[in-house]
Amino acid sequence: MKPFDYIRPATLAEAVTEAARPGSAYLAGGTNMLDLMKVGAAAPERLVDITRLPGLDAVEWLPDGGVRIGALVRNSDLAYDARFAASFPMVAEALLSGASAQLRNAATVGGNLMQRTRCAYFQDPASACNRRESGSGCDARDGENRMHAVLGFTEHCIAVHASDFCVPLVALGAEVEVESSDGKRTIPIDELHLLPGDTPQMETALRRGELITGVKLPAGAAAFSGHARYLKLRERTSYAFAVVSAAAALQIEDGRIAEARIALGGVAAKPWRAAEAEASLVGIEPSQPAFARAGEIALASAHPSGANAFKIELARRIVTRVLTRALEGTPERMPALPGSPFAARPDKTSGVAHV
Amino acid sequence: MSEQMSPERMSPETQTTFPRHVRHGSNSGQPVSRRDGRLKVTGAATYAADNHPEGLLHAVIATSTIARGRVRSLDVEAAKAHPGVVEVITPANRMPLHHDPNEKMPPFGFRVEVLQDDTVRYVNQPIAVVVAETLEAATEGVRLLAPRYEEEDARTGLDNGLRHEAQSVGVGAPGTVSFGDLDAGLKGAARVTEGDYSTPPQYHNAMEPHAVVAEWDGDTVTIDMPNQALRMSAASYAAYFGIPAENVLIRSPFLGGGFGSKAILNGPQILGILAARQLGRPVKLVLTRAQMYGPVGHRGRTWQKLRLGTGDDGKLTALHHHSIGATSSFDDFVEPAANASLMLYESPAIRVEHEGLRLDIGTPGPMRAPGEASGSASLEIAMDEAAEACGMDPLAFRLANYAETQPGTGKPFSSKALRECYEQGAAAFGWAGRPLEAGTMRDENGFLVGWGMGTAVFPCPQFPAEARATLRADGTALVETGGADMGQGAWTALAQLAAESLGLDLDKVEFHSGRSDLPDGGVAGGSGHTASAGQALSNAGGDVIARLTELATGDPDSPLFGAGNIGVVAAEGRLHRRDDETRSQSYADILARAGQKELVGTGKSGRDPASAEAFAMHSHGAVFAEVKIDPNLMQVRVSRLVGAFAAGRIINPKLVRSQYYGGMIWGISFALQEEAVADRRTGRIMNADLAEYHVPVNADVPRMEAILVPEEDPRVSPLGIKGVGEIGVTGTVGAIANAVWHATGIRVRNYPIRIEDLLRRR
Repeated sequence: MKPFDYIRPATLAEAVTEAARPGSAYLAGGTNMLDLMKVGAAAPERLVDITRLPGLDAVEWLPDGGVRIGALVRNSDLAYDARFAASFPMVAEALLSGASAQLRNAATVGGNLMQRTRCAYFQDPASACNRRESGSGCDARDGENRMHAVLGFTEHCIAVHASDFCVPLVALGAEVEVESSDGKRTIPIDELHLLPGDTPQMETALRRGELITGVKLPAGAAAFSGHARYLKLRERTSYAFAVVSAAAALQIEDGRIAEARIALGGVAAKPWRAAEAEASLVGIEPSQPAFARAGEIALASAHPSGANAFKIELARRIVTRVLTRALEGTPERMPALPGSPFAARPDKTSGVAHV
Repeated sequence: MSEQMSPERMSPETQTTFPRHVRHGSNSGQPVSRRDGRLKVTGAATYAADNHPEGLLHAVIATSTIARGRVRSLDVEAAKAHPGVVEVITPANRMPLHHDPNEKMPPFGFRVEVLQDDTVRYVNQPIAVVVAETLEAATEGVRLLAPRYEEEDARTGLDNGLRHEAQSVGVGAPGTVSFGDLDAGLKGAARVTEGDYSTPPQYHNAMEPHAVVAEWDGDTVTIDMPNQALRMSAASYAAYFGIPAENVLIRSPFLGGGFGSKAILNGPQILGILAARQLGRPVKLVLTRAQMYGPVGHRGRTWQKLRLGTGDDGKLTALHHHSIGATSSFDDFVEPAANASLMLYESPAIRVEHEGLRLDIGTPGPMRAPGEASGSASLEIAMDEAAEACGMDPLAFRLANYAETQPGTGKPFSSKALRECYEQGAAAFGWAGRPLEAGTMRDENGFLVGWGMGTAVFPCPQFPAEARATLRADGTALVETGGADMGQGAWTALAQLAAESLGLDLDKVEFHSGRSDLPDGGVAGGSGHTASAGQALSNAGGDVIARLTELATGDPDSPLFGAGNIGVVAAEGRLHRRDDETRSQSYADILARAGQKELVGTGKSGRDPASAEAFAMHSHGAVFAEVKIDPNLMQVRVSRLVGAFAAGRIINPKLVRSQYYGGMIWGISFALQEEAVADRRTGRIMNADLAEYHVPVNADVPRMEAILVPEEDPRVSPLGIKGVGEIGVTGTVGAIANAVWHATGIRVRNYPIRIEDLLRRR
């Protein structure tokens, strides 16, 4: 691969200064960046390794009941943090449905947010890709695209964001803390990832050199803990990206839905919050027709970007199903197959964790 | 007795040490654990790429990103200017070879791409080799070559490939075979069922990629590489480099999987050896995962059509199986898929036909159960559809069409315990309760449940092989054959056979294998390695015992004097009189009295031609599958697999079960996951990595049962071994597809079966 400089700063201030220089990229778990460098889809001149920076690897509970997750917390450490998993069960379930155990042990919270699309044309330097090389075209549009976007895409890019973790984060209104030599700011996670428009090379709202230092979940997000699930359809039971996934969380008061949260994964260039579908549920008694309607509303603006019309119908059904699961209640224990349709249901006690 | 783990060096050449095993009685037929297992799980087993001879250079191949055209330019200067790069080998400066790479290398070799010119015939074809002091420098050197191409339209599918009649399919099988009057059989049928089926391109994806470390000394070369056919390969490499075969030493103690791709020479390996010769230094060349998708073979894509005529009695009146197999533009390997229909079911008329389809792809090759896997995957669905049309249970339908003799030829089978496989498999699975109708079963969670079955079959070849056994003065023995352990357990099973033939405990036998300078162990392919190399080893041991018996019975002071060959039994390192086992003499004692330091015996194997002519020889099995399907989201999960297999004599039931499990897991992979997705425009494979080219993970593998159905077959070979390596794939694929139908009522005839296949019709 192309030779590059490797810098391991000792302080955050040093890191953000180094990373502000053109051609720099941050390196944390490296589970995505190093792969991209090996295949030639990324060729940074300078890697700024942030894994030794102090103070970024803690899960801190805030006085108001919210939580701040350091950017360097490993995916598996967060998923197995008992208090975190109890408060935000669908986040833990999403984390454990992602990648493989080995990758989750290496991958970090900040890195997960910053992962690039798995579009094969993006990863293949011999293909045209507007996201990788602005203005070069999009070979995915007439190519092998059954896994591509059905929402929010343009002729310039039909790629999807691959994260599982980000889907429940978007649903719960997480905030992303970033820092640069210009100071700190906070970005709502729904505004972190950008839809392609005519500038698909602009993937996030981060400015040059800005570093994600942490992710905050508001105190209110824990109020969904009793009815929060993540569901992921994939083509093998582990170590596969979602064909389509969804997170759903409900607050039920007096037999009615007081508040609902829905987000979809694998359908767009960003984790997709379905705000109108959420609104359709507020104040009503939960029912299958209501959930099915929410699925229709969530996908109302969807259309195929290629040979992927099936994903629209699948996404509708997944929204309906994940709402049904959320209504049934969060299981006491994490299912043996997190996020899988085959995870045992809490009201069925057949004695087996999975079929 | 607890297992003693004190390692005993068994093979100084390869630094192979094995823990002592627990003795279970006689050597053969015992579930001995892999003798190399500890080496592998501790990382002590050395694979080809683990070798680092002094002065090693690293070679990386540059591969084409286009499927068809020519290389117009390479920036050789830029690559050579990169620090650490030693040489860039291109068609302009590649040293000459003594065999034309555009000519096939007999017996199994293909035409190979070794920089003979600037044409590009498929994606990932080698177009240059960069050799450098480090892997990193060579890798960057390849990038700096920045090839420019003159590109022609890629031929990637049925719409633009060139179809032609395939005279020969697989490795030399006829492309068309016909028995009886097909038209009459179809006309006379009460009903005809027909369907179009397809199987995708699949790539071997062994854990260990192809790798070669080559070191020349004058006109001799030592090659470390994973290899399934050591002697044959050594002779072929020698031919390419114009040196005597004995000047090539291949060392291949362990393979991280082969599946057929490491049995046949390919371009990258030759280029690694060539680079070492051209530069006069040892060279290592390891393919990246992506580079495995092109120059080293694959399971070719097929488009199949099946027509089955059945009578009112549910018996086949005609069976027509037509298959188009993708092959390269410049060589022939057409998947012998339709030939699966020649092995299993009785029909008065059978016709199998093949066409080749020339595409701009690397030449396909044998991949675990070549032909049988793709062909039976379709045939077993077709049989299920015919059973459905007849209103019959799928198992009853197969039994109604049970072939008592080889279909078409009427040759008797050397043995065929398939009926027992059906019975035992069905009983273990609980098949008897299966409703005929599809879509009626649900589990307690509301998932759709389906049960399907398929028949498994695979030929049982025996290849020529040789072995040597040396009994030593201390009563221990050295046995040698150039065999190959791809993970199937040859280090263990072959040693068991050798120990048995010598009447010695396994721990008294030092076993050398995995080198081409040993007696020819034959090809580890076609599921025939244990039957071939094992028979040679057994014969070598028998030869030693015969010579030893001669010494003892001719010695007036031996307690065995005068007993003659017929009256002696070899056991526990002693010869005993058969009529009086208290009269015995140790091997060491016999050798000492005869004044011999050692006694050498040799053995060969090879099928008896008369037996081969007289009998049809196959392993058989029956696989039963249960799937569960989410009724709304249509995700499929295999929840149970039961396979019952009859494969002659079983040398090590533990290893054999693992082979069956491995084959059945591959069946899950074939049915539901595996597919190399090529861009229709460019031919580039868009999922050439293990993240996106799916094979099952542990969580995809359900509870499995493999039943070893007893079968004796003295006709296949004296030892009666048939072979177990590939058969597990064959019945499983169709069984899963049929279970999916039984759960949903939807017939999917294209593999792999995907969510959208089930979603859009529900």
